[in-house]
Amino acid sequence: MGLASSWSVALLGLEGRIVEVEADIGAGLPRTVMVGLPDTALYESRDRCKAAIGNSGHRWPDRLVTINLSPAALPKAGAHYDLAVVAAVLAADDVLPEAQLAGTVFLGELSLDGRLRPVRGLLPALLAASRAGFRRAVVPQQQAGEAALVGELEVFGIATLTQLIALFRGEPVPEAAPDEPHPESAAVEDGEPLDLFDVVGQPEARWALEVAAAGRHHLGMLGPPGVGKTMLAERLPGLLPRLSVAEALEVSALHSLAGRPLESGLIRVPPYADPHHSASMVSIVGGGPRIAKPGAVSLAHRGVLFLDEAPEFPSKVLDSLRTPLESGTVSIWRSENQTRYPARFQLVLASNPCPCGLAATPGARCRCAPQAIRRYREKVSEPIRDRLDLQITLLPIRRALLDAALAQRETTAAVAERVQEARERQRHRLRGTGWSCNGEVAGPYLRGRLPLPDGTELIDRASESGRLSARGVDKVLRVAWTLADLDGCDVPNRAHVRTALALRSGDPSADGRAVSSELVESWLDTPAVLPGGISAAEDVATEPGAAFDESWAPVEEALP
Amino acid sequence: MSTPRPPGPHRKPPADRPTLGARGEQLAVDHLEAEGLAIVDRNWRCRWGEIDIVAAEPVPDGRRRLVFCEVKTRSGRGYGSPLEAVTYAKLQRLRRLAGHWLEARGGRAGGGEWAEIRLDVVGVLLDGGTGTPEIDHVKAVG
Repeated sequence: MGLASSWSVALLGLEGRIVEVEADIGAGLPRTVMVGLPDTALYESRDRCKAAIGNSGHRWPDRLVTINLSPAALPKAGAHYDLAVVAAVLAADDVLPEAQLAGTVFLGELSLDGRLRPVRGLLPALLAASRAGFRRAVVPQQQAGEAALVGELEVFGIATLTQLIALFRGEPVPEAAPDEPHPESAAVEDGEPLDLFDVVGQPEARWALEVAAAGRHHLGMLGPPGVGKTMLAERLPGLLPRLSVAEALEVSALHSLAGRPLESGLIRVPPYADPHHSASMVSIVGGGPRIAKPGAVSLAHRGVLFLDEAPEFPSKVLDSLRTPLESGTVSIWRSENQTRYPARFQLVLASNPCPCGLAATPGARCRCAPQAIRRYREKVSEPIRDRLDLQITLLPIRRALLDAALAQRETTAAVAERVQEARERQRHRLRGTGWSCNGEVAGPYLRGRLPLPDGTELIDRASESGRLSARGVDKVLRVAWTLADLDGCDVPNRAHVRTALALRSGDPSADGRAVSSELVESWLDTPAVLPGGISAAEDVATEPGAAFDESWAPVEEALP
Repeated sequence: MSTPRPPGPHRKPPADRPTLGARGEQLAVDHLEAEGLAIVDRNWRCRWGEIDIVAAEPVPDGRRRLVFCEVKTRSGRGYGSPLEAVTYAKLQRLRRLAGHWLEARGGRAGGGEWAEIRLDVVGVLLDGGTGTPEIDHVKAVG
């Protein structure tokens, strides 16, 4: 009979708070009460623990057992407190030596026969415990690998309650029956890595994808069905540099919270989320009762959020992306707490030019009424489109081009190498600022602290004519810097600025040749600024896969 | 004419052998006496129910404390411990019966002969006749 404490972690989003689980065995008829704002799953912990102890050869105390979760005012949810509850009760009952529990954090759900089950959010919980000064962690054996990602913590992976008791009594730990597989591990089988080599044709789009990867720019793709928009988007994560350790910890913690098993180690490949257009606002932004769960924008943190068939998404859902696009975080408020999740994702939007998809295809007969096309395009609101740094139009590839296109294709590895080099230049230039790539740099820094590129009057003109918003000016500057980085130039030149303007002007109201110098010309209303013989433009054109020659010809003519 | 009752787990024990409950109560009495309590009454019945044991123990001011005791006996843990079988309703009844007992004896708690009253539960686990019975005495339960 007595009193003992053990420790666990309450997760409020990614933030973990230490929870002390006190167990008191006092005079009174057998009864177990649990106090301290437990939710249903946690209150049921009482019954799971009772059965688990009974089936592990021990007895739940025949007395009034009071379990207190403190701080009492903090709402607590989830089944991962089971292990801490059992440890505290067994220590209060003198089955476990209480002194051994100090400095140890317990996380795990129990089954009725005393086996341990994996829990969600183990990684962020243990990170919080480590920061709070805990030095040991007892976790389900299946998740020992995930727990080991947190350095500085001595991890004990246990499979059954019997093992826990033996461990803390200093007795030889019995072997447990082999684990059942993690119930959710089947869902994340990594398929064949996707290679850019598989994409046939689309040199402009491939090049735009490279620019997007190099500078972490948001990308909009417009094109008829079947031209490879989805294929391209899926291959973007492969072009991005692998995550640094700090980024990987952050990303892995978010995915741990969403229930993804991490026994194979930290997530080092930028994540990719492609919610279907039936997605609700909550599933995209994050939410849920009491304590909000991360949504797609957070699961795409440091990676790619791909919205295929963007106009089919409810406009409210699309517009909810506006704030996270700017701030890189989402704050979700609930009555009991506020949760902030990181959401620094790279947005890729794909859409058809009209409901039937053929409007932009030369020679195809689109039967959509002009009003229908207009309505369709306006579903992606202007504020969202304004946040896309690159807007490209894809044309269908003609059969005659397939052979030539096949010969020209590059692999992901080759492109990723150039992206990596461009990123190195950015990191070097932005060292000490906290930013690592052009897409993140704040406007004032871009305009005030970095040298202004040659040809800013092109931007001024576009801005004065009302075609470029203030945000758009910064976006064009950022893309121009990325183009310079890809070219190995120290400062963007005129051609870079012009290309950046063209890449941004992929006006869906224009026809399929949106990205063309003629368009830029008319767009700027100054035909004279585009004389031939701009050396850097040739540099761009020599980039493999790029079709940016003087005339910005459509794909058919650009290929040999 | 009555047909003979078939033998089964619920048949009555032979008349010369005490029931499980009676054996448990005797063990409880022995336990209480070993603890220094004096037995005042046993199996006191009235129309509202029965009190298993009424005992008394001295308190510092020279008077005595009345202990009303409910005894619950079980022969195994298959259906849980004996104490778990004592429900809130049973305790309520014990409390009410304590009042009736005092009324019948013309006493009252607090001011008179008795300093105070207390309700206890004694759980007796008879381990199938083998080994020693386990006695679990919980004081001041309601």
